[in-house]
Amino acid sequence: MNGFYADKQAAAAVRPEVLEAMLPFFTENFGNPQSLHSVGQKAARALQTAREQLARLLNCQPEEIIFVSSGSEANNLAVKGLALANQARGKQIVVSAIEHVSVLKAARFLEKLGFKTVQVPVDSYGLVDVGKVAEAITPDTVLVSVMMANNEVGTIEPVAEIASLCRSKGILFHSDAVAVVGNIQVDVRAIGLDALSLAADQFGGPKGAAALFLKKGTKITPLIDGGVQESNRRAGTENVPAIVGLGRAAELAMMEMDKKGQRLARLRDRLISGVLTRLDEVILTGHPERRLPHHASFCVKFVEGEAMLLGLDLEGIQVASGSACTSKSLRTSHVLTAMGLDPAVAQGSLVLTLLDGTREEQVDYFLEKFPPVVRRLREMSPLYTRFLEEKKDVHR
Amino acid sequence: MYTDKVMEHFMHPRNVGTIPDADGVGEVGNPVCGDMMTFYIKVKDGRLEDVKFQTFGCGAAIAVSSLVSEMAKGKTLDEAMKITNQQVAEELGGLPPHKMHCSNLGADALHKAIENYLEKQNRQRPEGGGEEKKSQDKEAHFHCPFCDYTLPENAQLCGHCQIRLIRCEHCGEYNREKDETCRHCGAGLV
Ligand code: FES
Repeated sequence: MNGFYADKQAAAAVRPEVLEAMLPFFTENFGNPQSLHSVGQKAARALQTAREQLARLLNCQPEEIIFVSSGSEANNLAVKGLALANQARGKQIVVSAIEHVSVLKAARFLEKLGFKTVQVPVDSYGLVDVGKVAEAITPDTVLVSVMMANNEVGTIEPVAEIASLCRSKGILFHSDAVAVVGNIQVDVRAIGLDALSLAADQFGGPKGAAALFLKKGTKITPLIDGGVQESNRRAGTENVPAIVGLGRAAELAMMEMDKKGQRLARLRDRLISGVLTRLDEVILTGHPERRLPHHASFCVKFVEGEAMLLGLDLEGIQVASGSACTSKSLRTSHVLTAMGLDPAVAQGSLVLTLLDGTREEQVDYFLEKFPPVVRRLREMSPLYTRFLEEKKDVHR
Repeated sequence: MYTDKVMEHFMHPRNVGTIPDADGVGEVGNPVCGDMMTFYIKVKDGRLEDVKFQTFGCGAAIAVSSLVSEMAKGKTLDEAMKITNQQVAEELGGLPPHKMHCSNLGADALHKAIENYLEKQNRQRPEGGGEEKKSQDKEAHFHCPFCDYTLPENAQLCGHCQIRLIRCEHCGEYNREKDETCRHCGAGLV
């Protein structure tokens, strides 16, 4: 047993097969894909292979992939690039209230340029209501952006329904699928997406490689102007080693995803039911069934997330939290707030994302160590003392 | 992120608990991140015979309250009123900039408990009390409420994230220009 790292969403090791594929592109195959000579062309071929590997995973054409540097860049490119290039169609953007900040802030940027943003609310599970999206759409709507699954609460959103709604109205639809691609099947054709964001570091690939799927024929304004890379849609010398890694990771994900997902979902359920039976006054955040296979998230009442995170770290367990104290801006997570959670309850946020290789004994180790960490903090908590007193009063 | 001393107090906090027949109780809520600290004191012959606390907050908040309780125990009321947030942060070997507000909680809660005791005794609060001290600490450092960038005394704009700033007239902390109430002390902003 060497601890339990359950913060895959923040970072995970690059898979050895992926690293192996990447290494030659740091050294002997150092070429620039834009160079016409043979050294450059070798790199260009590698880039093309990666594009094909990713296209197979998403069920799209290789030309529909734009490589970028991060999920945030993909989201920025989608929201800003699609809105700007298609503003003749309208100047209103519809997003969900629980989008990643890179979507929300990109929309805010557009507001300064005269666009209007409408945020669609979510229910207490963090689910976006398709009817509410329909209500938010006006003749002026140019773009709808709703994530495929939320990274903080794991809820999988009804993007196929939203996509068909948008298609029927001739509105562009983008989905941030950073938390999803490589973990569960995503078929951009079957869903009917115009654009989708993904990042390699969420499925065994390196940091620094991500992509935007953009349906053929869709107009987009680049964020970075310069050379002709990525068919004039993203200038700058390509990060060849990282993109090669992305491609290889996509290939591996395609082969293993289903089996791995089933295994992780079992461990996730063991973890969730284990926590809920061992501790009182804990709520599962996000949807109980419609959730990512590797994702478990809770709010533990009367304690604060950062304190739990530190306490667990001392036991060799690494997790994340969306509490205000954990964020450097000291603001409560907009996701938990949008789900209607009381701010004091949201302070007890804990997010676990399981690595591919997570073992059952690690989950059990967590289940053994977690309750004492919570108990210790609750004994220190004025809110818990008050809760116990009120409970006594009720019983009297 | 935290010093060894902070972690040590976080792991083994001193004086956790309540005092059912306390002579004074002080509770402060943290308007910045919504946390809470409660101090209980027992006073004998003008000295803090016992100090206990409970905290709902981050690791820094727990360490700060533990240290404050330790520093206060055995002190006269006057001495205890002179414990400043700055001292607490220094004793802990420093806190990350965005955690400095947690150190404000600790001394404030203790001072409130002492004030509560004095009120009960119907006496004046001792000279050189917490309020003056508080304004002294404030001179130390200011940080942008959004990006933690260190700000000069009279900033109107954060040099890092370019947010327009306004200082709270009540507690002196920086807020965003459009805020209506101070995110540190809750006072209205003009
Ligand atoms: S108590 Fe919230 S950041 Fe310290």
